[in-house]
Amino acid sequence: MKQVKVEDISKPSERLSELRKEDFKPLPGDLADPQATPDFKPLSGEVREKFEATLDDTIALSLPKPKSKEEEDKLVAQFLSGMEKLFSEENNWTFLQPLLLSMEHCVTCHTCSDACHIYEASGGNPIYRPAYRSEVFRRLYKKHIKGNGGLLSSWRSGEMELNWTTVSRLAELAYRCNLCRRCAQTCPIGVDNALIAHEIRKIFSQEMGIAPREIHLDGSVKQLQTGSSTGMNAEVVKDNIEFIDEDISEKTGLSIETPWDKHGADILLIHNAGEILSWPLNPGAFAVIFESAGLSWTMSSEIAAYDGINYGVWYDDFQFARVAIKHAEAARKLGVKKIVLGECGHAHKALTVIADRVLTGELNIPRESCMVTFWDLISSGRIKVDPERNDFPVTLHDPCNLVRLMGIVDPQRKILGKIAPRFREMTPHGVDNYCCGGGSGFAIMSGHNFGDWRAQISGRKKLEQVLNAFEGELDPSIKKYLCAPCSNCKGQLRDLLSYYDVWEKYGILYDGMAELIVNCMTDVKPGFIEWEWH
Amino acid sequence: MSLIVLVTYVSAAVFIVAVVSRFVKYARLPMHLRWELYPVAHEKGRAKYGGSYLEELDWWTKPRESSLFGELKVMIPEILLLAGVREHNKSHWLRSFPFHFGLYLLGGVVGLLLVGAVLETAGIAVSRDESLLGRVVYDATYVVGWMGLVLGLVGSIALLARRLFNTAYRAYTKKVDYFNLAFFVVTFVVALAAHAVEDPYFVQLRSYVGSLVTADFGFTAGALLTSEVILASLLVAYIPLTHMSHFFTKWFMYHGIRWSDEPAQRGGKIEGRVQQLLKQPVSWSAPHIRGDGKKNWVDVATSDVMEGT
Repeated sequence: MKQVKVEDISKPSERLSELRKEDFKPLPGDLADPQATPDFKPLSGEVREKFEATLDDTIALSLPKPKSKEEEDKLVAQFLSGMEKLFSEENNWTFLQPLLLSMEHCVTCHTCSDACHIYEASGGNPIYRPAYRSEVFRRLYKKHIKGNGGLLSSWRSGEMELNWTTVSRLAELAYRCNLCRRCAQTCPIGVDNALIAHEIRKIFSQEMGIAPREIHLDGSVKQLQTGSSTGMNAEVVKDNIEFIDEDISEKTGLSIETPWDKHGADILLIHNAGEILSWPLNPGAFAVIFESAGLSWTMSSEIAAYDGINYGVWYDDFQFARVAIKHAEAARKLGVKKIVLGECGHAHKALTVIADRVLTGELNIPRESCMVTFWDLISSGRIKVDPERNDFPVTLHDPCNLVRLMGIVDPQRKILGKIAPRFREMTPHGVDNYCCGGGSGFAIMSGHNFGDWRAQISGRKKLEQVLNAFEGELDPSIKKYLCAPCSNCKGQLRDLLSYYDVWEKYGILYDGMAELIVNCMTDVKPGFIEWEWH
Repeated sequence: MSLIVLVTYVSAAVFIVAVVSRFVKYARLPMHLRWELYPVAHEKGRAKYGGSYLEELDWWTKPRESSLFGELKVMIPEILLLAGVREHNKSHWLRSFPFHFGLYLLGGVVGLLLVGAVLETAGIAVSRDESLLGRVVYDATYVVGWMGLVLGLVGSIALLARRLFNTAYRAYTKKVDYFNLAFFVVTFVVALAAHAVEDPYFVQLRSYVGSLVTADFGFTAGALLTSEVILASLLVAYIPLTHMSHFFTKWFMYHGIRWSDEPAQRGGKIEGRVQQLLKQPVSWSAPHIRGDGKKNWVDVATSDVMEGT
């Protein structure tokens, strides 16, 4: 593989690094042959002509090429202005301390590289080292912000030229990290390369208005304007839930009706609205569980409050705060005792942990994970289960946001211990898990050939883990269940498993936790899980 | 008047000022959003698998159980044995551990020399032929001193070699990194030579530390020992001015970030600080923010996303 120096990022070339599937980490079994990996769809000449595409063989941002040197210089100046703000207390109190500590103490020991699933899956591509983008950014910081210019600059900080090539490649490179923070977990100093990627994204979004369309315009902006990134307004979402209730009632033999805007309910349940459109069994299963247990609960039809997503947590503090405030405001209006978050990892982390220092006064309403609620209902016997109904191999994908970033590890395992007699762990799991490859917005990003990159690089390690978890039972006649209690992870797993025909070849189906619980509830008609690819 | 005593005083002063000012710099930065990373070592009963209080039903109604012992169980092996590097990057640990442990031992030697100097000032001879206490201090200084110097030299050469000959490491190594490691190597070589030739039992070095304690500027020594003291003093002053200050800033990395999981309470101290921070002016320029340096965080976060565009 071509070696790339840190300073090469500023030198114009057709591509800084090339992706060849022969270099990628081999997958297990009959996927080991590189030819079993589909061809990477090349970017067309037209795309390369129109957009900045000189980092690797894909693009996440669709960053238009500047038309003149003046325009390039203006963008570079904007970037520099954004960097100055990123290192100011007023503009970035939110992350300044962790950012500065990470900027100033890396000893470049490369421990982080071995922890990174993207670096490993790529076969050790030098630009995917977690420290690569950090080192580029660190050199720019030392030279242009800290003022280590002058004669000793390169001696102290290393070579790095600030030009449009550097800036445009850095923008793309900030979107080659899932922000899973596995690298940070292993850093002996405590340096957080994922945080640095996050902060670079903020410069582009908050200062230059540059972010992937899927997570900004079609994501957080749409959510704030219409109520959901899916585009569903309040009427549409209610209609859809009503339809799901009818379908689920017929399927389970229970009479299910989701309560909306019920003042004084104990619980406000917030789903990732993607579930409602793509995996309707999941919100249906929640309704079955909550109604069967006799919980006092409701959903809200306020703007943004029926969609738990908060994409801002990946790229923009202000979009993040806007959505978190909408979520809390809806709960305040309803007077609920707590918000329970549905199966969405980043929604969990955004509202429970990160927003903890944004929501003040009456907006600081307790937030709880649905995994905790589920375990309470099962362990207390408020819902009755018969594990024999789940007599098939089950493994668990740990969403990074739930485990490594929130410490919610045990409840989901206790649940599976009760309802899945053939449960087995992936290796590694819990807080040491690997990202599904869709983290930090990638699961919803498929523009150009980014879907190929997700399936071939960022999702590769997860696919290896899934296949290994079911080793010895990969015969497609044995139906197997990959439990992924996170909507974004499911989106990624759907694309990943489909890319390699895993359902047809190995009989592995993915879905959530709620579905698996309802599938074994004794007062529900058997056969809740539909063993069909979706 | 001896220069080396003065050099050591100035170096110690630089060290203290650099450490304190860096510490204050980080401590005075605004409170950040929560960004913890599990396992959090003080989570009583849960740290072993990485769990948190968020696993509890209605966690906000229950007392939080924090364990200092849990933190110490992680911190002590981390500091003394570099447990994290050992677990995640064994080949680097084989180089880094002798270097760091050598430095710890030399830190211990400074302590032993101080104890010895104080004992001698108090009339208790530090020697193999004298009292038990004097003998223990004498022998310990000898053993720990030589071990520290040898381990430090082996480690620093191994780290320098890795940076010179390993492609991945070389690509990230700045000239200052080579200088830093070379500084250590030269200091260790000179120190080893000094003790091999001029002061094998650290007797003169103890006298020198005694002269520091009593502010005796008349201390003189041979060329090698003088060089050792000057180099070591300069190194002590230099370390906190560089990224090697991680020896104490790591405290912030762990306690202030990775393990900082305290939830905000209504009307609590954290909430009060957040309310102040939300009043900070915003000047980010993107169209969905439109910071003008007057609007504050609350103004922007509660404004319509497309207002004015």
